Amino acid sequence: MTPLQAILLLGGALFSLGLYGVLARQNAVLVLMSIELMLNAVNLNLIGFARYGAAGGAVGQIIVVFIITVAAAEAGLFLAILLRLYRSRATVNLDRVDSLRR
Amino acid sequence: MNLGTLVFLALTGVTLAGGIGVVATRNVVYGAFFLLVALVGVAGIFILLLAEFLALVQVLIYGGAVTIVLLFAVMLTQTPEQRRVQDNPQRPLAVVAALVSLFLFSLAALTTPWKVHDDGAGPAVSFQELGIALFRDWGLPFEIASLVLLVALVGAVVIARAREEP
Repeated sequence: MTPLQAILLLGGALFSLGLYGVLARQNAVLVLMSIELMLNAVNLNLIGFARYGAAGGAVGQIIVVFIITVAAAEAGLFLAILLRLYRSRATVNLDRVDSLRR
Repeated sequence: MNLGTLVFLALTGVTLAGGIGVVATRNVVYGAFFLLVALVGVAGIFILLLAEFLALVQVLIYGGAVTIVLLFAVMLTQTPEQRRVQDNPQRPLAVVAALVSLFLFSLAALTTPWKVHDDGAGPAVSFQELGIALFRDWGLPFEIASLVLLVALVGAVVIARAREEP
């Protein structure tokens, strides 16, 4: 197994863990944590390609910088939306936020 | 087996342990700390791949800011059900989806003929090269990213403001 394949395997495992968390969790905060795991898996793959890939270099690292930027913005908005939800529903259980389904 | 492989295996173990902790714990606060473990493990792998700048950013933004925001979210929305979180009824389906995704990713990683760098690994990217590339070749995306951050901040303030519209 080459080093690149090892990185990609770890990225895939981390992404699958995050996918499981997103699908199986009820608490909104834990769902966001799982999303962060998936984003990190993507970052890991990009850095692996930047290091070992034929067309490596700075590009992979710069895309990761942008992903981290968007993740930070997402976390801030998440806090705002969660506070609003909690104020109007008094719950952070995503299975109880189902007005659109009724 | 050389030292780099050993360190990589150790960091892999730390990262996966943190990830499993996040998706398996019953306590949201423990989940945040497990997430921190996984993020620091990923930062270590970044260092191993000679991406020191990103390792720093990872620890600062993910390990610092995002984890704190998550802990704030837990603190500000305390409900009785949060002490012991339950998984939802589609959990078996989630296990199947995760296993299928793991299988597909492993298959793709192991069977694709990746075009690797001729020397095995490319040259390390220094801080200087990264900065030059970021501000010269990627100037416009950089500005757009800062605009995204600004809009997200203002939007978060507007959404979370206590006063309701008249």
